[in-house]
Amino acid sequence: MLEPRLSEPRLPEPYGQWIDRTQAITFSFEGQAYSGFQGDTIASALAANDQWLLSRSFKYHRPRGLLTLAGQDANTLVQLSSDPNALADRVLITEGLLVHAQNFSGTLNRDRNAILGLLAPFLPVAFYYKAFFRPRGIWQLWARFFRKRAGLGVIDQGFKPKRFAQSHRHCDILVIGGGPAGLAASIEAAEAGADVLLVDENVALGGSLNYGDADLDETPDALPRDALIATVNQLENLEVLTGAICNGWYADNWIPVVQGEHLFKVRARQVIFATGSLEQPVVFRNNDLPGIMMSSAAMRLTQLYGVQPGRQGVVVCGSWEGYRAALALARAGVRVSGIVDFRARPDEGHVLVDQVQAAGIPIWFEHGVDQAIASVDQNHVAGLDIGPLQAGQVARDPVTRLPCDFVAMAGGYVPTYQLACQAGGRLLYDDAQAAFAIEGLPDDCWLAGSVNGVWHQGPVQADGVRAGKDALQALGMTGAGGEPVPKTSEGLNFVWPIFAHAKGKEFVDFDEDLQINDILNATREGYEHIQLVKRYSTAGMGPSQGRHSALTVARLVADATGKTVAETGVTTARPPFAAEQLAHTGGRGFFLKRHSAMHHRHIELGAEMMQSGAWFRPAFYGEAADKNACIQAEMNQVRSGVGMIDVSTLGGIEVRGVDAAEFLNRVYTGGFKKQPVGKARYALLINEAGVVLDDGVACRLQANHFYVTATTGGVDSVYRSMLKWNAQWRLKVDIANVTSAYCAINIAGPKARAVLARVAEDVDLSAEAFPYMGVRTGSLGGVPVRFIRVGFVGELGFEIHAPQQYGEALWDLLMAAGQDSGIQPFGVEAQRGLRLEKAHIIVGQDTDAMSNPFEIQMGWALSRKKAYFVGHRTLQELEQRPLTRVLAGFMIKDINTPQPLESHLVLDGNAMIGRVTSCMTSPTLNAIIGLAYVPVAFAEPGCCILIKVDGGQRVTAEIVSTPFYDPESRRQDLES
Amino acid sequence: MKLLRCPLNGLRNISEFIYGGEVHPLTDPRHQDARAWAEQVFFDDNAAGVVLEWWCHRPTSYWFIAERNTVTDQVIRTFASSELYAERVTFPRAGSGDPHA
Repeated sequence: MLEPRLSEPRLPEPYGQWIDRTQAITFSFEGQAYSGFQGDTIASALAANDQWLLSRSFKYHRPRGLLTLAGQDANTLVQLSSDPNALADRVLITEGLLVHAQNFSGTLNRDRNAILGLLAPFLPVAFYYKAFFRPRGIWQLWARFFRKRAGLGVIDQGFKPKRFAQSHRHCDILVIGGGPAGLAASIEAAEAGADVLLVDENVALGGSLNYGDADLDETPDALPRDALIATVNQLENLEVLTGAICNGWYADNWIPVVQGEHLFKVRARQVIFATGSLEQPVVFRNNDLPGIMMSSAAMRLTQLYGVQPGRQGVVVCGSWEGYRAALALARAGVRVSGIVDFRARPDEGHVLVDQVQAAGIPIWFEHGVDQAIASVDQNHVAGLDIGPLQAGQVARDPVTRLPCDFVAMAGGYVPTYQLACQAGGRLLYDDAQAAFAIEGLPDDCWLAGSVNGVWHQGPVQADGVRAGKDALQALGMTGAGGEPVPKTSEGLNFVWPIFAHAKGKEFVDFDEDLQINDILNATREGYEHIQLVKRYSTAGMGPSQGRHSALTVARLVADATGKTVAETGVTTARPPFAAEQLAHTGGRGFFLKRHSAMHHRHIELGAEMMQSGAWFRPAFYGEAADKNACIQAEMNQVRSGVGMIDVSTLGGIEVRGVDAAEFLNRVYTGGFKKQPVGKARYALLINEAGVVLDDGVACRLQANHFYVTATTGGVDSVYRSMLKWNAQWRLKVDIANVTSAYCAINIAGPKARAVLARVAEDVDLSAEAFPYMGVRTGSLGGVPVRFIRVGFVGELGFEIHAPQQYGEALWDLLMAAGQDSGIQPFGVEAQRGLRLEKAHIIVGQDTDAMSNPFEIQMGWALSRKKAYFVGHRTLQELEQRPLTRVLAGFMIKDINTPQPLESHLVLDGNAMIGRVTSCMTSPTLNAIIGLAYVPVAFAEPGCCILIKVDGGQRVTAEIVSTPFYDPESRRQDLES
Repeated sequence: MKLLRCPLNGLRNISEFIYGGEVHPLTDPRHQDARAWAEQVFFDDNAAGVVLEWWCHRPTSYWFIAERNTVTDQVIRTFASSELYAERVTFPRAGSGDPHA
């Protein structure tokens, strides 16, 4: 019979070092009020109230309670008002906190779905894969049923998105883990002058020193916790982050550290992994009952929170660590009624055996666990059946039943390898010690402490100092590295703490409710590789990512397949180490926005702005509701009078030097060597595969000086490509991207020359003196400018380029000069329409990643005389092959026809034979016009094509010759 | 995030750089048959081992060459392209296939 619960559940100080007994806090769990103290986690406060059942398991809805009390398991996942899956052993209680259990129907204490546990023999591993696929379609019905059972927790649909803070942190040495090894390493590194960042996931530094002080007196050369922490706090170049989790390791020591609602992006020159070890469970029937926990959890409960793990407990272990835990618990006043030791009684005595016996705790040597017995309500452990071990198996004769309400499991340890292995470390298995070890870290990463196989306070602290010295040496801050510390992990892991039972329910993976047979069945069905076992059985896929199952699974698979555990290995542990929220990773977007020098004039004139890459450009001037009317009016104005457009966003590249013409000759398809000074030439850029990349004009300002324009979106890559070519050619040219240095206006229309002449000071604009494609430098109203006579919109026109600081002055000057002629600004939409009437292509809209110059009917832009230009060789080959498609102009005379849009398909019957690239209703021609890729056979003027428009209707369009407007280009050569 | 040492700007985050493909010796394509030229344009060596690659530091538009082990993703060294491309390359109107002639 168990003794009644103590009236005062909390142990006296110094037990409960993390709680403040003067600050009582009330919170609720499953609708019932509980009280705890400031510093309590949800789990510790509930334990103090004798509430051990925290959740129901994922698959069989078995009752579960705290397991690690260190935030490392899925048993403690609870629902907060807006956060599902909060860790009850991590989240501190606050006044009024509302907590609910997860994954049950009915009540937590009486879960209707617990019946699933009885069905376990009929739900073998991979049951879902096998059972619900026949007849075809049946899964759709089953899925509705399973979806209701799947997943954990409830999402708050009224959730308001929040932004978490992010910041960057650089340091010489990042120490991960604030236990004895990490503290010693940090002190060593910081005292030598290194900038050190020490990160620990717990609320306070100390690690195992906070709860597992049992062997401090065994190694008198070790420093006590408070001395270490006092030194840490004195060092100014040592920054400490507690309650912070290093959630992954990325290339070159780039490490995300999550602290509450803050993400630190840490770049460390050296990293010391002092991540410690994870205690492992013992595998036996019903080992998941609430009250059965890690020995470290029992010690955390007493030391950190002053809560007894129960009235009477049993320690099951395969090493001396269980004895240390039993003694520590007994010292705290917890009643330990026995130690079940899997090992044989040592031939010689052992000091710990003497101490345990002196404390009156009986030991069962060479005994194993047959099963745990549940309480009447099935929700807690009530006893443990043990029996003598024979060849690793529990002999059920005789079975001894030990009454208990808690069991502390000391099944051994796994180094906390996740981050170290992400950094490149390999996990090896030492068969003699039955333990994992990590090897093969990169040059700027180090291990310290138990993760390095070094145990007990003295050696652990020495190993921390050694790692600190090694990191300092790698930084060049000391001459010599540290002296290696011998590994001291002998006897910590029992070889086979796994006790199969005929009735099963020996849980290997608590997250996924996997039993010994589930793992063995996976291997029997041919999934022998550990990665396949994981995927078939889902072992290690739950929230705790195999922290407590990887070793057992590896042992079981190795045993079943006749391999060693080292050969079997474990599955990869990828980031994140702990759950993180989207707000941590979803940072702010920084989007570049560029405004031309005339931006504010467009706004003042009521322009509707559009984005073109990073640039903001006027789409049209006027109300959005009048869009089409505005655009057509702007087009009419250019065709009949004069308009101007801000073209500052055009790319500008200066090419200067004795090889300037030679360079352009190689980069572009045309010829530039004989281009006269004062002339511009069309410049078409293709790549080595013959694909059109960009176009512009090259203006020869002087013999060795060209000013080349490029498209708004293309200039950066054009410039980069030019630099890369000349990194290989080594021509004598200087290439500069001057896009931002210049603003530009295109003034176009029959009255353009007259308007410009009113303000031109030193340039003769007459047709004879300044012909089409001429280039002049001069000034306008005192502004130094470059004039280029171009015809992109198909009218007499001048581009005026000036240093960008004159942008508004130039705009105002031209608007004033044109006032009497009725000048109006026009936007990008009107410009697109005007150029389409002239069938001038826009690279990127009318070309795609395959377009070559022949397809877009630009053979005229290729120089036949040059020795070489980029893509020349490919064009030679393409020219010998028949064209597969052509960019052709089409027209629909009835403007009431539904207008095709960009990317609408050209059909032949039901076959897709092409697509539209540009289309509009032309006010000038009073018809719908456009460009489309069509097969050569359909490209002859007079051919009819079918275009499938929005809604599926097919409209007929006629192929016509281009340009649609002013085919002889008389407009841009107007003399007046 | 990886770091890359730009010969001009020092150690920077990899997000500041653009990969520019494998480094291959310049050839004079006029004297290559179609097959050889197509292989050069459309196929990469994609070798497992130490390779030379073009990288560009985007904010400064500086092209340089990195020697990288594609198996370990370790950058062995980075250097100015002038180390490999020291001489002016010409493509004569007629004559030999050697672009360095």
